[in-house]
Amino acid sequence: MEFLLVQALSGLASAASLFLVASGLSIIFGVMRIVNFAHGAFYMLGAYVAFTLTDRFAGPLGFWGGILVACLVVAAVGALMEMLLLRRIYHAPELFQLLATFGVTLMVEDIVVLIWGAEDLMGPRAPGFTGAVTVFGRLVPSYDFLLIALGPIVLGLLWLLFHGTRWGVLVRAATQDRDMVASLGVNQKWLFTSVFALGVFLAALGGALQIPRTTVSHAMDLSIIVEVFVVVVIGGLGSVTGAFVAAILVSELNAFGILVLPKISMVMVFLVMAVVLVVRPWGLFGKPEGTPRAAAGLSIRPWRPMSALERMGVAVAILVAASLPVFAGNYALSVGTEILVFVLFAASLHFLMTVGGLASFGHAAYFGLGAYGAAFMVKFLGAPMELALLVGPLLGLAGAVLFGWFCVRLSGVYFAMLTLAFAQIAWSVAFQWVEVTGGDNGMLGIWPSKWASSPQGFFWLTLAIVVIGVGVLRMLVFSPFGYGLRAARDSTLRSEAIGIDRKSTQWAAFIVAGTFAGIAGALFAFLKGSVFPENLAIPTSVDGLVMVLLGGIETVSGAVIGAIVYKALAIWLMSKTELSKLVLGGVIVVLVVAFPKGIVGFLEDLRHRRRRPPAPDGAGPEAAGYVAKVEAAE
Amino acid sequence: MSALLQVEGLAKSYGGVHAVRGVSFALDAGTILALIGPNGAGKSTCFNMLNGQIRPNAGSIKLEGQEIVGLPPRAVWRRGVGRTFQITATFPSMTVRENVQVALLSFHHKLWAMVGYAGAAHRPEADRLLALVGMEAQAERPCGELAYGDLKRLELAIALANNPKLLLMDEPTAGMAPKERVDLMRLTAKIAREKGIGVLFTEHDMDVVFEHADAVMVLNRGELIATGTPEQVRRDPQVRAIYLGEGLLYDAKHREGSAA
Ligand SMILES: Nc1ncnc2c1ncn2[C@@H]1O[C@H](COP(=O)(O)OP(=O)(O)O)[C@@H](O)[C@H]1O
Ligand SMILES: [Mg+2]
Repeated sequence: MEFLLVQALSGLASAASLFLVASGLSIIFGVMRIVNFAHGAFYMLGAYVAFTLTDRFAGPLGFWGGILVACLVVAAVGALMEMLLLRRIYHAPELFQLLATFGVTLMVEDIVVLIWGAEDLMGPRAPGFTGAVTVFGRLVPSYDFLLIALGPIVLGLLWLLFHGTRWGVLVRAATQDRDMVASLGVNQKWLFTSVFALGVFLAALGGALQIPRTTVSHAMDLSIIVEVFVVVVIGGLGSVTGAFVAAILVSELNAFGILVLPKISMVMVFLVMAVVLVVRPWGLFGKPEGTPRAAAGLSIRPWRPMSALERMGVAVAILVAASLPVFAGNYALSVGTEILVFVLFAASLHFLMTVGGLASFGHAAYFGLGAYGAAFMVKFLGAPMELALLVGPLLGLAGAVLFGWFCVRLSGVYFAMLTLAFAQIAWSVAFQWVEVTGGDNGMLGIWPSKWASSPQGFFWLTLAIVVIGVGVLRMLVFSPFGYGLRAARDSTLRSEAIGIDRKSTQWAAFIVAGTFAGIAGALFAFLKGSVFPENLAIPTSVDGLVMVLLGGIETVSGAVIGAIVYKALAIWLMSKTELSKLVLGGVIVVLVVAFPKGIVGFLEDLRHRRRRPPAPDGAGPEAAGYVAKVEAAE
Repeated sequence: MSALLQVEGLAKSYGGVHAVRGVSFALDAGTILALIGPNGAGKSTCFNMLNGQIRPNAGSIKLEGQEIVGLPPRAVWRRGVGRTFQITATFPSMTVRENVQVALLSFHHKLWAMVGYAGAAHRPEADRLLALVGMEAQAERPCGELAYGDLKRLELAIALANNPKLLLMDEPTAGMAPKERVDLMRLTAKIAREKGIGVLFTEHDMDVVFEHADAVMVLNRGELIATGTPEQVRRDPQVRAIYLGEGLLYDAKHREGSAA
């Protein structure tokens, strides 16, 4: 009994930082409708800067002053990011905003390592709170009590700020109705920048307050952002109270989950989140969202199946690829095989994201599940490669059936956050359940059958599967099912009004995408001879997103081109620089801001401009936001 | 004989605001019924309840004698109700013809087919529907670049794809030029009379209303205040007081009234 109470106290203390970060995210979302992925990065920066400042200036004033100055510094950095980056993309699709802020996250990770090094850092204790209090014969750090008190205090201060100041009233008005604020003649730019700075300040405070409790590391951004996403999905985006309640709920679930299911404690959170989503899809304190902005929507050029000439071109390209083993060396072949695997992975994500309009930030989950499925077949059942390749992906399918059912209840940013959270849950199971998955050590010795064990043989096998897989996905795009899926993406209202069951259709698409990702994952397991938790981790998901974006999010074949270019580039880059995240993050930001149509989209534009000048007639008021281009393409 | 559509005591409120209350009426097959009223009167809310998009707080909606309250829009559509939206809802990433083809595929229960090219499905039928609304020449154009008036006509073609018994048209001519309005409503009336479709529509242009409607209902602040033939409604003193007498610029005035 006493033990449970102490555990509950520890949960409450953890909730404080979670609440700070989540409320910042919520406030920003409420006013700007942007989900700031970089919030975790600001949390981490807050911790690092606070570490440096408190290290330099000792004493109570030095410590608390250091924490405050650290938060102000990071808030200024956030304001700078808002002015330089976000202002350019307020009208872009949600996906682009998520991606751009994720790009910033990647860059910050490398910058932090550059400045502070890769080692974990131990911060100083908080002056006056170094001891412990005995509660029922157990020791509880007194600093925990400070944190427990801090949550409600910050909640109260925020309430005062929003209800007692003119600025706060404006922020609330903007959260309710953005057009109204614009019509009040309020300087919207300034309002946005200040709100963003406040949100970042809260994130940094959450991070800075962690330094007496835990070590500061360059991986703390991703772990917090996933928890924060879970919190806002449960509490409701845009609600500070929701963030408070959900932060406590999630922290307590974590604290007690360890006791109930020590191996897979994340499952507890998952179960609660699942229940909330079924009962109140917009969160406990959130409001039902309006019509979501489309994930795609930059161009209005309808898709066409390939012409005879284009088919010939593809056939030639496949033949060229198939002849690669004749002249390429083993290293080149293994790189080629890896690229092929990611072509299928990207194509499966493309199907979900471009055709279905559902931008998943956790697609690696199904890739990884497919890989683990194949590994389980080999390790536990002694199955040969052929069987493992057939059955393994079914684990990806099963994961997509389960997670997808919940995810398609949401759309837009909620969908993105939920897919990410589910992927992280899958990752943590793979990571924690050491008896089955080998945990961090992964599973080794997943080798192909003899006939496919040479680099040439496995390349051909992969090429065949990938060509068929991409072909099937492409067939689906143009099938009646694909059209129904696009219809649900283009207009929920209209599609429901012509008998389309949006949720079922999107669920089916989710399952299709998950299955093909699973096939890619199974191939990947045999290519590498091993599986690791990182196969289903966030960076793999983001690789997929960038491939689709690079190729051209609005095109049918962009994913294939994007995967080839990106993977080749990434492998080359890895060999050239230590700072691959910095470069990759920079590439993402530049892509989103300057090159949002991707390679294939850019080429199509060129082709059309050359074929005929833009027609003068046509664009109606609804089309004003689109880049109106004539004629159907590709 | 029971009416095609029988509505009893329909009501919907939003946080204390009665958007619609106690609306009852009937609509026979082949007749055209206009629902008029100032902005904010509750017309769109009525349409949204009729096709299942929002659930009424109270009341009953019977289509050919069967209760349809509680059914989702897609189920209402399956029973033969087509609709157009006040702000057009089409599929901008598809061509004009594909917009209609999707509706046809859905009507023929083929949207789950995973093989075959959807762009080749039901072409003649789609072209026939497009011809009906005068859009056949634009079949290959991307829907996203259509002028607003054309979008409204495309919506009509989509709404006709399931061979509807009942057509719900929420401000079908809003945003169109005067000439276009008259043409579209004439076209709609012609199609409805030929096929025996019951039509419920709202419209701000009184000339259009009085030219085509068999009967007119007037909604004000969520309540029906008059029902009858166009002539009766035109002469109703209460209706005149609400807006006909004051000329045509009733919108702004009544928007203030309904916001209170
Ligand atoms: N989703 C909603 N939430 C709150 N109030 C609403 C909502 N939809 C409509 N209303 C209110 O209901 C009333 C009727 O609106 P509506 O049906 O759109 O009128 P009309 O179509 O006749 O212009 C208005 O006062 C409007 O403000
Ligand atoms: Mg209306």
